[in-house]
Amino acid sequence: MAALKIKKGSTSHSAYNLRPNFSDEIETHTLAVLVDNEPGVLARVIGLFAGRGYNIESLTVAEVDHTGHLSRITVVTTGTPQVIEQIKAQLGRIVPVHDVHDLTVEGAAVERELALFKVAGTGDKRVEALRLADIFRANAVDSTLESFVFELTGTPGKIDAFADLMRPLGLIEVARTGVAALSRGAE
Amino acid sequence: MVVQALKDQGVDTVFGYPGGAVLPIYDEIFQQNDIRHILVRHEQGAVHAAEGYARSTGKVGVALVTSGPGATNAVTGLTDALLDSIPILVLTGQVPTFMIGSDAFQEADTVGITRPCTKHNWLAKDTDTLAETLHQAFHVAQSGRPGPVLVDIPKDVQFANGTYTAPAKSDTTIYEPQTKGDITAINELVEAMEKAERPVFYTGGGVINSGPKASKLLRELVEATGIPITSTLMGLGAYPASGENWLGMLGMHGLYEANMAMHDCDLMINIGARFDDRITGLISAFSPNSIKAHIDIDPSSINKVIKADIPIVGDVESVLTDILKVWKARGRTVNRDAIANWQSQISDWRKVECLKYVQEGKVIKPQYALSRLEALTKEHDRYITTEVGQHQMWAAQYLGFEDPNRWMTSGGLGTMGYGTPASIGVQVAHPDSLVINVAGEASWLMNMQEMGTAVQFRLPVKQFILNNERLGMVRQWQELLHGERYSHSWSEALPDFVKLAEAFGAKGIICSDPDDLDEAIIEMINYDGPVIFDCLVEKHENCFPMIPSGKPHNEMLLGEASTQGVIQAGGAVMV
Repeated sequence: MAALKIKKGSTSHSAYNLRPNFSDEIETHTLAVLVDNEPGVLARVIGLFAGRGYNIESLTVAEVDHTGHLSRITVVTTGTPQVIEQIKAQLGRIVPVHDVHDLTVEGAAVERELALFKVAGTGDKRVEALRLADIFRANAVDSTLESFVFELTGTPGKIDAFADLMRPLGLIEVARTGVAALSRGAE
Repeated sequence: MVVQALKDQGVDTVFGYPGGAVLPIYDEIFQQNDIRHILVRHEQGAVHAAEGYARSTGKVGVALVTSGPGATNAVTGLTDALLDSIPILVLTGQVPTFMIGSDAFQEADTVGITRPCTKHNWLAKDTDTLAETLHQAFHVAQSGRPGPVLVDIPKDVQFANGTYTAPAKSDTTIYEPQTKGDITAINELVEAMEKAERPVFYTGGGVINSGPKASKLLRELVEATGIPITSTLMGLGAYPASGENWLGMLGMHGLYEANMAMHDCDLMINIGARFDDRITGLISAFSPNSIKAHIDIDPSSINKVIKADIPIVGDVESVLTDILKVWKARGRTVNRDAIANWQSQISDWRKVECLKYVQEGKVIKPQYALSRLEALTKEHDRYITTEVGQHQMWAAQYLGFEDPNRWMTSGGLGTMGYGTPASIGVQVAHPDSLVINVAGEASWLMNMQEMGTAVQFRLPVKQFILNNERLGMVRQWQELLHGERYSHSWSEALPDFVKLAEAFGAKGIICSDPDDLDEAIIEMINYDGPVIFDCLVEKHENCFPMIPSGKPHNEMLLGEASTQGVIQAGGAVMV
């Protein structure tokens, strides 16, 4: 066995970087997490993501079963397959978490997001905004002589596309709910 | 209510420190005799003592502290217990419910602060559900992968009368981890064991947490198959150090033969360990040619760091039972010839004698001190705790552990100041046993106030301090990795430990001559009461073997000789 040579004062051997180098591709997954609706449960889930350095692309949460005290948290996250598996396992460890479903791998799923867009402008731009809203089947839920608020439901991709189109037409503000998702079929 | 719940859970000891927000519970404690309360000197000490109690008994350790600073002082102990999977319950007082959120005196968001450092925690807002919450807390602490839990109890909830719920009537379905391993995977593992030419068991704290039966099954499996076994720092004692298949501890300061076996094996059977970075070294070069089986009760441990080829989620005791059953049913085969070759290869590695040291001259080598401590105490009914640093690694290398639950050390968090309070917790649980805290002087000073606890409760703990007047491990890293710039790693103005012992009402012993060491250790053992043993050792000794972080297992530093290039120019500071 060769003796290891350590250069004096060298930092390259300090090796403080202990992160495993899994070089797999980054994937985006939608997770549905069924939890007890109790104080602090959302903080536990979010704290896990923050504390372990996982990404949250979008997050929605609401009570879904009042009598059963159950809430559903839908998280869209990104990471290598190893990290995604780890996120699911870590979520499963939280005591008030009942179930973790990875809708991205468990068959087809429906994903929808609701967004509100405030678009201000006059003349041609205003007419064009209204025409595009019609194509996207967005509803005008508020209007003044200089502005509209459009309501649009769809996949995150559709919402992104609409936002891109509205931007040159006077888009001022966007509010998005984040993704809600369910698996398709009877199960 | 709280005291009743503790009694019904079989608690006999609580470590705690009173304060305004827990006075109603202290009043209850005053009016009963079933639960013994050990008054510590600092809340961190209470939690570490509860950990020591838990690790040495397998029961849930209980600590009771007040709100605000009491709770924040408990955070280090909770984190320590989380990383080492130790079942403890910490009860904290809280300001009354109607004052929560008002920045009241000694108010802290305890549940918020401790959320990431507990397995689970609760704010008990209602006296009627308090008992059930406490029973659930015990259930969560000790089932599945054990861990620390905390129940925060506002003062008005402590005062109010409510309906008590017995343990049997409490809903524990809130947490039901899987304990039985998948039988297909177990079959696959047994098949791999039958064929393997260079198999090795790599075991961890999970075996000890699973209970004494798990250690028994492990021994049976190792003896029957003849497969060599190594263990993490946390797992020492599950397989006896005197066992013929024992390789010694592995990892950063593990034995040469253990690390080489891990690197060269073709089948690695991980039982209740978690591929910690102190174990794996460089991940991409970690045991490159082996099939890796991983048995763990926590699914999140599997594939976290190292990809498992045969993952088995389950309790060690249950899985080992099934492995033995399947292996016996299939005809008890292993690849005997290949394993004999493997064993002879291991014998060659053993000849390197990686723990060899030379004791000469008038200065005590720390390795010598621990070898003598081992020789003079191994026949005793002995429990060892440690602080964190070089002395901890030397203790792991030079002391032999024959049984589980005999070795209490802060592994995952590496908490300096753990050992003294932990030794108190162990001694409370085992009043007639010899309890020794192997310490360095710097670590020891971090929770030295607990000597007061030891003296008050007549706990004859032995504080065996290897005093090198340095933060030895920090100094070692600075020498090897930071160009010998010893930034703030020596201790000036150290106390006179003998006088300090006397000031506490304990006995102090100082020893600096190797020729006097045996006699001094015997004096320490025989003294009926707490002792501070100031063992003055070689100041610049490095802890070897060592795998520098970021290096693979087969690139170990073996000792001064192999690091000559590093050390030569620093001859001035080397003795």
